[in-house]
Amino acid sequence: MSTVMQSQPCTIEDPLVIAGVTYQSRLLVGTGKYRDLEETRAAIEASGAEIVTVAIRRTNIGQNPDEPNLLDVIPPDRYTLLPNTAGCYTAEDAIRTCRLARELLDGHDLVKLEVLGDERTLFPDIAATLRATETLVSEGFKIMVYTNDDPIIAKRFEELGCIAVMPLAAPIGSGLGIRNPYNILTIVENASVPILVDAGVGTASDAAIAMELGCDGVLMNTAIAGAQDPVLMASAMKKAIEAGREAFRAGRIPRKRFASASSPLDGTFF
Amino acid sequence: MYPIQNPMQITLNGNRQDVPDRITTAELITDLGLNGKRLAIEVNEHIVPRSTFTAHILEPGDRVEIVHAIGGG
Repeated sequence: MSTVMQSQPCTIEDPLVIAGVTYQSRLLVGTGKYRDLEETRAAIEASGAEIVTVAIRRTNIGQNPDEPNLLDVIPPDRYTLLPNTAGCYTAEDAIRTCRLARELLDGHDLVKLEVLGDERTLFPDIAATLRATETLVSEGFKIMVYTNDDPIIAKRFEELGCIAVMPLAAPIGSGLGIRNPYNILTIVENASVPILVDAGVGTASDAAIAMELGCDGVLMNTAIAGAQDPVLMASAMKKAIEAGREAFRAGRIPRKRFASASSPLDGTFF
Repeated sequence: MYPIQNPMQITLNGNRQDVPDRITTAELITDLGLNGKRLAIEVNEHIVPRSTFTAHILEPGDRVEIVHAIGGG
């Protein structure tokens, strides 16, 4: 499914590597909540994203057979599709969804695993997510796992074999930005797999902050699709991810309590 | 669908549905107008691989789920 990416020679500076595949973009986007497929297509293009999430749901039976299909605008040979287990509140439902997704996408086994615990916060049910992870890893799935910002749990998911760990910034769709930057920082410092902030990003600065903390990428949906101008926000997010990443690589100045002048005192004439 | 000679009842995407007796998964997909669509099928919570669609025969009471990819975060 992602063989197009693999055949490129690696001339990308500072690539993102997920499950052995190299990507230029560190912005991953969802495909939900758009007005229509054309807006979906335009926003994804403006974002520069190469990995896009999809949901797995019942086919509409008896409806228009010529109805345009999501995969027409995000063809699997141009994008890496990341099926999610959105809406699953049990490990069993999430496992079923991943198996169906793999069958749907011809053996493509990269998945975003989320098992929710609560309808209001949409926070993950960690115990159920751990159980689902164990089963899915044993079946050969490559899991990018949605989790909370607990560094102990984040490391546990990595040890169980997840290929990426995705701590939430804030509740899905809340737009609150990173609620707990020090936890995210600790997760990043402890990790041997890519860490991507997933959920709760609201605007460009939130994405930049995630990258400045050292995250490998950011996954977002509502921040773009729910913006008043989604295509423009997608463009902003693309730049924010790039700016935050460059700032991280550049090595910022430390925070100091007091001032340190930028101009020399030598040679003053007053 | 259409008048069926010897119907049997299955559950299709959550709804009771009469289908011809001993219909195969491939025939069901054709009858539903879903040929050529990218989809995955589960019967009684077990995946039916695409390669077995013409061989897999549905039975009365089967719970069939036909899914596809849609927009999501």
